[in-house]
Amino acid sequence: MIPELGQIFLVAALASALLQFVGGISPLMRKIENIEPFIERITMFQTMSLLICFALLTTSFLQDDFSVLYVASNSNTALPIGYKFAAVWGGHEGSLLLWVLILSIWTLLLSKDNALKSSPELRIQSLSILGLISLGFLVFILYTSNPFERLFPIPLQGRGLNPLLQDPALVIHPPTLYAGYVGLAVPFSLAVSSLLTANNFEWAKHARSWTILSWMFLTGGIALGSWWAYYELGWGGWWFWDPVENASLMPWLIATALMHSLIVTEKRGLFNGFSTLLAITAFSLSLLGTFLVRSGVLISVHSFASDPQRGLFILVLLAFFSGSALMIYSLKQKKATQEKLHPLSRESLLLLNNVFLCASAGLVLIGTIYPLILEMLDLGKISVGPPYFNFVILFPFIPLLITIGVAVFSNWSHASKSLVKKIFPIIMIAILLSLLFPFIYGLASLMTMVGVILALWTILTGISPLIRNQFSINKSMVYMPMMLGHIGLGLMILGITVTSSYGITFDDSMGIEQSSNVGDYEFKLTEIGRRNGPNYLAQYASIEISKDGEYIETVYPEKRVYDSSTMGMTEAGIEANLFRDLFIAIGEDIGGGSWSMHLQYKPLLRLIWYGPIVMMMGGLIRVFLSKRSIGSYQ
Amino acid sequence: MTRRLLPLIIFFVLMAFLAQSLFDSDSELPSPLIGKSIPEFSLENLLTQEIHSEEDIIGEISLVNVWATWCVGCEIEHEFLVELSQDESIDLPIIGLNWKDDDQLAKLWLNHLGDPYSIVLKDPEGKTAIDFGVYGAPETFLIDSDGIIHFKHIGPLDREIFERDILPVVGELN
Repeated sequence: MIPELGQIFLVAALASALLQFVGGISPLMRKIENIEPFIERITMFQTMSLLICFALLTTSFLQDDFSVLYVASNSNTALPIGYKFAAVWGGHEGSLLLWVLILSIWTLLLSKDNALKSSPELRIQSLSILGLISLGFLVFILYTSNPFERLFPIPLQGRGLNPLLQDPALVIHPPTLYAGYVGLAVPFSLAVSSLLTANNFEWAKHARSWTILSWMFLTGGIALGSWWAYYELGWGGWWFWDPVENASLMPWLIATALMHSLIVTEKRGLFNGFSTLLAITAFSLSLLGTFLVRSGVLISVHSFASDPQRGLFILVLLAFFSGSALMIYSLKQKKATQEKLHPLSRESLLLLNNVFLCASAGLVLIGTIYPLILEMLDLGKISVGPPYFNFVILFPFIPLLITIGVAVFSNWSHASKSLVKKIFPIIMIAILLSLLFPFIYGLASLMTMVGVILALWTILTGISPLIRNQFSINKSMVYMPMMLGHIGLGLMILGITVTSSYGITFDDSMGIEQSSNVGDYEFKLTEIGRRNGPNYLAQYASIEISKDGEYIETVYPEKRVYDSSTMGMTEAGIEANLFRDLFIAIGEDIGGGSWSMHLQYKPLLRLIWYGPIVMMMGGLIRVFLSKRSIGSYQ
Repeated sequence: MTRRLLPLIIFFVLMAFLAQSLFDSDSELPSPLIGKSIPEFSLENLLTQEIHSEEDIIGEISLVNVWATWCVGCEIEHEFLVELSQDESIDLPIIGLNWKDDDQLAKLWLNHLGDPYSIVLKDPEGKTAIDFGVYGAPETFLIDSDGIIHFKHIGPLDREIFERDILPVVGELN
């Protein structure tokens, strides 16, 4: 009964999405008085229907109702209850349901945005476009990916959740990332609506907070995914340039550019076309990401069992939404008024950096789809891999980081007179501080020094408004979002540089009571044993870590085999503080009581995840805390 | 107008590629290197640190397999390579060319997944791979006892491809 109710509410959501679309788009409807409250109610109804669908699907999971195909494929009775919740979005059908649910929540929130009520045309139009997007995905769900489909005969046991997904971080990673992906639909719909209605830069004012909000979710989602990969995949890496990782990085880069471009559009009325294009691109890349994950055209750790029909459907949706948006853009976008920009004004520097951000996204895109192009020319399936990405990403990123710091000191419309005088001391301090690093960690290459200097430069220029205001938090509050954003980025770059240059990776075979040294740290294997988890069997090791004979901590890395799968899972043993990560993963039993072990010492690794947290705090302050005072940021 | 159409044009080219990739076909283009000798090289052995040149792998029919730990396709074909190296009925040494990789990770990989290679050469800069005309990993070359390349496969190797494309050529060469 429950799955059938789910079906009904899914259809109800579809009907309301259709009404939401038609209500806004049709000139006839627009003449009807009180269309606004009607659309508001429809939006609310759609969200409620989808929430009920989601709750019903969750109920089926909690009841172990294996007569539902999706439940039988993604859960079993042994699955711990927490993961039964997570299993709801553990597969294709459920994650699409989550996708439209989040879209409807964003739509509902947009309909409640009071500032937007001052532009009723823009408001109704963008809600209508969001309704159309929702409609497209609901048809997709009902047509190819219905989570409520029944299975007969009813199996006694389900297949279980993919062991890779049985992890606390993975419970929140997909919803966070989806919230970011889907949130970009809001600036997209505002940009396209603006082209269709007033066609001015009014939309930029409304789109900014929504962009920042989605950007925060994207930042958090990507950082969570990276953290998970680090401790779960057993290789101790934190970024693999996997196609699906790239699919989340590209919208992030474009959303970052959009966030900054919107400042200029809002404040100065410039770059309206560029902002519009960025808003369209950001959401298109979200859809492209969905396509890459769901169609299985690329081989990746994220590829689930895929179905060409589904891939085709998403491709059609992508072609339709982005294609028509770009078509509207090319027909409607007004010619920009030619305004002479001073090369060192804030708007020029922001534009320059947005170009670098777009170039980064472009290079990542080329690397990601290059294998597809080769495949199309019948050259087979290949991976481009980190050597390409690690190398090419430096070209836009080095000038980007240089410009970020200069832009902080720039003024609108003209060059700051004492720009050089302001910048010079900071460069000197950054260089002096960077000299500490060879002292602490040992000599390094020129590229490492460049990375460290640029990171420090970004952090110091980020802090500078606080120094200029005599450390008064109150006075610097208007700069706080920028400051935290830039400091967070600097910290992340510092972490990446130091950990990649000074990190030590080491493999050793270890027997009981034997130890292995990595840098200054000693790892001693004291015990190997077995233990039973709720739905897995684990082989664990207990490892004592000490430095200069002084005991620090005992960690317990594990290798797990889940009942439902033959795939082994690695749970690394990690001892971490702000300054360094010590990592150990169990390899193979090489006989004679010895095990191969993978050991790592990674200095400043945590900054790679703390940096994004700081960045997100900046966004949070901008969106929620003091909208009024920050509104005047100049 | 043309400038504003540019994003749309780029977008539709991209769409065409993506659509095509959904319905990919299976025929292979011949490599320009087929019928030519393998390039000269001087590379260190990943495991023993010995220096090898092309002379060391000429002399018997063998496979040269380009792989890396960061390559997902390599992980897929690895199981088959291990199977192949343990198959007594097929005497075909596999020479591994570890491409643009991290030594430690590569050793860990071989520890974890098994080592099918008679020699593992490392090419951290990817210079020899360029001489081989490698686009990406994985790629596999069949060379004869004179060091002439007879077949090249791009992408993960599996039993089906091996039996269809490589085994008959090995038979002819013998």
